[in-house]
Order: sequence, then C-alpha cells, then structure tokens
Amino acid sequence: MSWRRTLVIAIPMLWLGIFFLAPFFVLGRISLAEAIIARPPFTPLFDRAPDGTLEIIASLENYRFLFQDALYRNAYLSSIRIALVSTIFALLIGYPIAYYIARAPEPKRSILLLMVILPFWTSFLLRVYAWMGFLRTNGVINNTLMSLGVIDAPLRMMHTDLAVYIGIVYTYLPFMILPLYANLTKLDGALLEAASDLGASPVVTFFTVTLPLSLPGIVAGSMLVFIPAIGEYVIPALLGGPDTLMIGRVLWDEFFSSRDWPVASAVAIVMLFLVVAPIMWLQSVQNRREMD
Amino acid sequence: MDGPAIAADTKPWRDPSANPFISVRGVTKRFGDFTAVSNVDLDIFKGELFCLLGESGCGKSTLLRMLAGFEQPTEGSIRIDGEDMARVPPDRRPTNMMFQSYALFPHMTVEKNVAYGLLREGMKKSDAYAKAAEMLRMVKLEKLARRKPDQLSGGQRQRVALARSLVKRPKLLLLDEPLGALDKKLREETQFELIKIQETLGVTFIVVTHDQDEAMTLATRIGVMKDGIIEQIGEPREIYETPRSRFVADFIGTVNLFEGVVEAAAPDMMRIATPDLGDVMVLPQEGLTRGQTIWGAVRPERFALTRKRPEDMPNAWEGVVEEMGYIGHMSQYRVRLPSGALIRASQSNRLREEAPISWDEKVWISVPPAAFRVLTE
Repeated sequence: MSWRRTLVIAIPMLWLGIFFLAPFFVLGRISLAEAIIARPPFTPLFDRAPDGTLEIIASLENYRFLFQDALYRNAYLSSIRIALVSTIFALLIGYPIAYYIARAPEPKRSILLLMVILPFWTSFLLRVYAWMGFLRTNGVINNTLMSLGVIDAPLRMMHTDLAVYIGIVYTYLPFMILPLYANLTKLDGALLEAASDLGASPVVTFFTVTLPLSLPGIVAGSMLVFIPAIGEYVIPALLGGPDTLMIGRVLWDEFFSSRDWPVASAVAIVMLFLVVAPIMWLQSVQNRREMD
Repeated sequence: MDGPAIAADTKPWRDPSANPFISVRGVTKRFGDFTAVSNVDLDIFKGELFCLLGESGCGKSTLLRMLAGFEQPTEGSIRIDGEDMARVPPDRRPTNMMFQSYALFPHMTVEKNVAYGLLREGMKKSDAYAKAAEMLRMVKLEKLARRKPDQLSGGQRQRVALARSLVKRPKLLLLDEPLGALDKKLREETQFELIKIQETLGVTFIVVTHDQDEAMTLATRIGVMKDGIIEQIGEPREIYETPRSRFVADFIGTVNLFEGVVEAAAPDMMRIATPDLGDVMVLPQEGLTRGQTIWGAVRPERFALTRKRPEDMPNAWEGVVEEMGYIGHMSQYRVRLPSGALIRASQSNRLREEAPISWDEKVWISVPPAAFRVLTE
C-alpha cells in the first residue's frame, strides 16, 4: 500500500525536480557567476586558487547591478504596468463574455465555448501577425476608417504600447474567460432570484451576490493572464515600438546580444520572485477569506 | 355544507362580499408549446395560510413564481392588495419568498443573510442587524448568527431562510416546499411552528407542497392543482369529505372508488347499480338522471367491519380479510368481496374489548348511505 502511494507521489515530484527545481538551481548558480568570453560564457563555481586551495566564486554583483541600472528597474515596472493593465482589460472584456456563455441555453453554450477555444487551433504567431495586418499604417482598420471618411490621415497604431495591449488582451482572453465561465456556471440562479426578491435591483444583485461569488474565478483568470503577460516576449517584439520596454525583451538582449548569461539569469530570478509574490499574497488572502 | 355558523372574519372566503387580498384572474402561463398554468382564477384573503397542492409538474410552482414576479403570466392578471402586478419587478413587490433550496447566500453569515433585505430598503446598518437578531431569536438561531450557511444543518438552514423571508414583514410570504428537505419528525414539529409564526405575524402565506398531510395540517384552504388547472379550492375538511372529482378524492388521502349507474332516485334515497358492490343506496343528489354513469367514493374509515351482519344497514356485504396492517392507533384492512372487488377499510383501535378481526376471517362490511360521495367526473 505504502510503496504504491510513494510511486504515485514520486512521478510529479520527479517531474518538478527535473524540469523545475534543477533548472532553477542552475539559473541561480549562473546568476552568481561572472561573464567571461569562453564556453560556457561564465565563470565556474569552483576554482583552484594560485596557492592550490579550492575557492568558490560567487557574488551578488549581478543583482546589485540590476538594482542600480535604471534600465532594468524601468523594464520591470513597465512589464508589471503592461501586464496589470492588460489583465484589467481582459477581465472587463472577459467577464461579460463568460457570464453570457454561462447563462446561455445548451446548444448555444457549447458553440460559444468552442468559439472561445477555437483560436488556439491556429498558431499563436500567425494570430499576432494577423494583428499586424489590422494595425499597420496601410492596414485594415486604417483603410476602413479612411474610406469611410472618419479620419484623413492613418492612425499610428503599430509599434505602440496600444498595439501591445491589444495583442496581450487578445491572446490571453480565453485564459480569463474559461476559469470565469467555470465559476459562473456554478452560480445558482435561485440566489439571484432571492436577492431580487429581497429588494435588490439587478445592479445591486450583481455587486452583492454575483461578483463576490465569482471572486475565485476572477483571481484564477487574472493570474492566468498576468503571469504570462509579465514575461511576454513575442507580442512586444512584434507589435511594440522601440520604446516599449518589457523584461522579456531585456532578457533576450542580455542572453543573445550581450551574451551576458549571469546578468540574464539574475534578471530571470528577480522576475520569478516578482511573479511569485503576488500569487502568494492572493493565496493568503483567499485562505483568510475561507477561514472566516 | 351544514355546520355551525362561522364568523366571516375568520373565514372570509365564505363571505361573498369580502375583498380578496390577492386576486388571480384568468392567468395562463405557456412555455413554448407547454401550458404550465391554464386559466387560473384564485382569491386569497388576508391572513390566510393557503396551500397549493399537487404533484410535481402540475404548475403550482409556476403560479407561485408568477406571484413573486419571477415569471410573467402569458395571459391574465394578478393583483396584490388591489395593485396590478403586471409591470412590477420582483424587487418592488410586497412579497417575499422562501425558496425550496433555501437559496441562502453562501458568502454571507447567517445575520448578513437575514439583514440583506433590510439593507436593500436603505435601513441603517445597526438597525438592520438589530432587526435581524430579533428575527433570529424568533426562529431560535440567535447563537448561530455568525456562522456561514454551509456550517448549518438542514433544519437550521430552513430557519434562516424563513427568518430572511419574514424579516421585511412582507404582505405576502410565498413558500416553495418549505419543509420538503426536512426529515419526517422535524417536518411535523416545524409545521406547527410555521402556523404559530404565521398567526403571530399575521402575514398571508401561500405554501406550495406536494405533501397532502402537510397541506391538511397547515392550510386554512387548499387549492388542488392538476395539469395547470385548479381542480378544487376548499377548506381541508371540504376537500377531504366532499371532493369534487375522482382526482381530488384519490389525491387527498385513501379512497375506494366504485363505478356505477343511477338506477332509481327516490326523494330520500337513491339507488345506484355497481358491478363491484351490486345495488348501493346513497343519499340523493341534484342534477343526476337515470342511467347516468357516476362514481361512488368512500373513505376507508367510513366502513364498519363486524362479525355479525349489521341490522338496518342497506349497504352491507360479506367478504374475507385478505390483508391487515396494524398501525397502532388504527388497523388497515383489505377485504375481498365475492364480486372480486377489494375494499380498503380502516378501523380505529379505540376499543379493545373484543378480539380484533384478523387475516382470513369472514366479515361483514357495511357503510351508511351518507358516507358515499357521488362524483360525476
């Protein structure tokens, strides 16, 4: 009995160990090294000193560098800002959609749900390219607006923060909708009737019953959008402008342009903690709510 | 019905000039092709505890939901306290509802659930919670005010739901199977408590139930529903003693039904011929013609079982006890007649002198003419 249980637990543990914990330690170890022109391009952890003793070469110099250089600080802040704004917009757009799907009668509901998931069946890169076709100076949106006479000169939409927001919200919207939908289908219609029966208008019912009960769905959906958005590289690289600063891009530049693996590793580690911190905070909030 | 004169203020439905508190006129509700409620007329008076009784799918819940405002009638009108409810949404109606599932807000404590309706009226928070506490004392839940609904038992949840629906002192309280989820013993206790609360607060109650015992115990009047139609409205005794149709007779309590033909109508007695019982003497009834097919309905307790042939009884048959069930306060019998008919009879166990009639005994079974209720549909 006991060895079987161990076996069941061992599989996920092994997976996490090999593919998460080990790389994390490798990354942590590189972030403590120093960049050199060699292969691999960082100093070894252990080295023989001239007097023959073994020494450990590790320093927090890279982290100090990160916090001193305004570039990194701004990249982090701007990543958080872009991810946060995108998450809020995804929530504002996704909530009504999820609500509508959850309330739809059966054949319609499945079709709507399919339409939310369907874009995943085409390549993500292709879909971002499609947005370029819409947003560029000679693109679909500008041409339509100009032919309708709404605008005289094309709007500059490509290579702006706006394009990045559109790209992120569009790409991650299903991740917001699906957990919200899963939550909202469980909402008992009798509760809404009870609220209305007790004198709550539809708006008051939404804010006192529907919204608080869908909070777990909001948290789950927001996390699924916020976390990948903060480290997003492809969307800002394709749709963003030269001044769209995101940490994913900085990371790319450090690794591949500067070939400064130790600094890049430090950037990655700091980002990890930036993402983990809000999750832990939210989880503790939710635990406390459940304790009440 | 002959009976002692009853003051019209306790039984206003007997007074034709009384103003109904709720008046439902020609209400029909269709869902697509399905007619859930069909042309219902119903008057309910202030302070009544009215039961809508019927099997699931008979339209009783739909009627209740139309009173609450969750459904709009396809045709007809509903007036509550003289006001037409056609364009009044649920949140503006003078009604509150106790839901079958209780529909307690799971994210709120008991006291927040109860205070919810008061806060929506714009009542000050401290006043609302004070009133909620008072209501919780009434349903004996004051100690559990800070609990969440999922930390309560079924019976406790039922009380919270009741407190929440009564705290606003609605003119009309709608209860959808209020005791359905409780076990038998708790249900019986709660029935009388419900009556007590209703009398104390003077709120008009409309209860939807499929449980005939519950309806008989609770109601001032019962409306028996079938296929979207109200078959009969009456006091529990009327419904039981003088059912209007075979459906009502069969639905409320146990009944023996005998099909027959009117043979001869004398001024003081009417003879009907039945295949099961032969010729039966019943009290005459207006509007019947010779040769008309009718059904005689007899409640089991109206039969008398004796070992000797009873004297002066026009309706008496000899039969054999096929089955017997001892309930305690009474015994139930199934007596097989030579015609093959099986009669369900019950005898009170008040007297214990004689050895009780038992299985396979030959008995005489008799019934007075007045015990036959003649039904034409």
